[in-house]
Amino acid sequence: MAERIIINPVTRIEGHAKISIYLDDSGRVDSAQFHVVEFRGFEKFCQGRPFHEMPGLMSRICGICPVSHILASAKAGDHLLGVQVPPAAEKQRRLVNYAQLLQSHALSFFHLSAPDLLLGFDSPVEKRNVFGLAEKHPETARRGIRLRQFGQRIVELLGGKKIHPAWATPGGVLSAVSTDTRDEILACVPEAIDTLQKALSTMKSIMDTFHDEIEHIGNFPSLFLGTVSREGELEYYNGLIRIVDGEGNIVADGLDPLRYHTFLGEASEEWSFMKFPYYKPLGYPGGMYRVGPLARLNVARWAGTSLADRELREFKQRIRESVCQSFHYHMARLIEMLHAVERIEEIASDAELLDTHVCARAGQNRNEGIGSCEAPRGTLFHHYTVDDHGLIQKANLLIATAQNNLAINKAVEQTARRFVAGNTMTEGMLNRVEAAIRCYDPCLSCSTHAIGQMPLVVELKSSTGDVLSRIERG
Amino acid sequence: MGAVNGNGKATLATVWLGGCSGCHMSLLDLDERLLDLASKMELKASPLTDYKDFPEVDVVLVEGAVANSEHLEHIRTVRERSKILVSFGDCAVTGNVTAMRNAFGVDDVLNTAYRDNSTVIIGIPVGNHIVPGLLERVRPVHEVVKVDYFLPGCPPSADAIFEFVAALIEGREPSLEGRKFG
Ligand code: SF4
Repeated sequence: MAERIIINPVTRIEGHAKISIYLDDSGRVDSAQFHVVEFRGFEKFCQGRPFHEMPGLMSRICGICPVSHILASAKAGDHLLGVQVPPAAEKQRRLVNYAQLLQSHALSFFHLSAPDLLLGFDSPVEKRNVFGLAEKHPETARRGIRLRQFGQRIVELLGGKKIHPAWATPGGVLSAVSTDTRDEILACVPEAIDTLQKALSTMKSIMDTFHDEIEHIGNFPSLFLGTVSREGELEYYNGLIRIVDGEGNIVADGLDPLRYHTFLGEASEEWSFMKFPYYKPLGYPGGMYRVGPLARLNVARWAGTSLADRELREFKQRIRESVCQSFHYHMARLIEMLHAVERIEEIASDAELLDTHVCARAGQNRNEGIGSCEAPRGTLFHHYTVDDHGLIQKANLLIATAQNNLAINKAVEQTARRFVAGNTMTEGMLNRVEAAIRCYDPCLSCSTHAIGQMPLVVELKSSTGDVLSRIERG
Repeated sequence: MGAVNGNGKATLATVWLGGCSGCHMSLLDLDERLLDLASKMELKASPLTDYKDFPEVDVVLVEGAVANSEHLEHIRTVRERSKILVSFGDCAVTGNVTAMRNAFGVDDVLNTAYRDNSTVIIGIPVGNHIVPGLLERVRPVHEVVKVDYFLPGCPPSADAIFEFVAALIEGREPSLEGRKFG
């Protein structure tokens, strides 16, 4: 192994990472690694604290999807109490979960990825961001911003604030929903649907121009894992786990998320703070699987809402088996957002949402609790063991993005092979390697429970450590 | 304020150290006001842009605490190249959640995450040539470099951020009177 290229930091992803590209003696890509370089240690410092505090504390794992951590944590708390939450509380939790999916996907699509998709991978670096997008496509940028705002506003209306709302708690949620809140939510639905339909048609119209990216950015068969309802519909709050393979065959079905540790394992490597979950029956690293928008659309039979189902049928028709191209995560996100808005309308129109009985009360009845839900980036598990006083003894967090770690590494390597040739590195080429990562919208604050930012060094190094050449960006 | 770029606009950068990105998300919660701000200032290095090297800027917002060797190095560069440095949010201001691991040793914290909770252990990511070493103690930003302003909150509200950024790029003192934090 003669040389190593480092891309550092990977930008416009929600977190902090580096990529190493190793070249062989002839300057061809030999292998590549995706490194997550941050760590905060939630599993340790939650020990000894009451489980009732966990939703508020675990929320701070991630400012992009705090609601997912709050929900998984509150559900683990429900499990410890041994209660069923009141129907109105469950509706609120579902509603806020869809709202968060919407804001998080809107961020990924409009703020972070649209600059590549609409301005081009090779557009000037100082314009390749949401402000550059606003100059060239003001309407799209503004609508994207407003779509994210709609999701955040729902979180704020129900949770009291947009980020880290102290609202869901073991047993339910803290307060009831008012009619004003419901009316405000419903009033915003038509614009959101319109924005998404426009974005979908734009995306379809430019799809052909990305032929190369679609074929070569992370296109490989893998397992896909996601939650579905008993009927096999898209499900984000409470369901069973299904795993399909690259050809669309069901590999496992009806798996209970509470028994996740019987079918999912986690590996640690010294070159990344992000762990490497794998499907146990296939071992490590053979048990690579993908989660998140594309995986959910691959495992579900249908969406269960009319507009999203129309899009989903068309999406699945493109490829009859599982959709294996990572590039299609973008499209999957748009379809999921459309589905989320339809579900938001449905739940907000349900009179039961306004019921004032929103929290079941009980003492602790168990010493082990597991909570799971679909976060924007995939299936999330919080697993706590507590003593008889309700103090956390042990916590394990199986994070959505980490479950894509093996696949992200594979996607980076594949993209590097296609677009990087040792002697002809260009900025746009490196950007495509990063784009491979951006497809997964990795939330690295989540996956390592941390994040950060550093300058780029792209260096070609000889085996003796001499710098042969260097590219800088910015 | 002396603008440092050619088109006469003030320049802003934002930095992520050890935090959850919630402070940055709160900045995004300015929503359409972001586009108004963009007409008055230019956003340079930030997790939202593709700058890899930290440029000279007028104002920088720093999210997160100083938790590893790379943060330490980076925040010093950021300080050198920024006229005004703002500790942005509670992790930067006090260490907050990121500093909760200070009660335990680094090895203990790493072992809990990577040894106790893994089914396959090929290696443990202790500081090496690729992943940075964790500092024994997580520190708030002002313990490491000079901080000009503190903007507390977990995260600070979008309104508070708007007032801060607008004031600083206009060259006046920010006023948070009558505004809601958090
Ligand atoms: S202050 Fe709060 S919102 Fe900001 S980075 Fe720290 S935990 Fe996240």
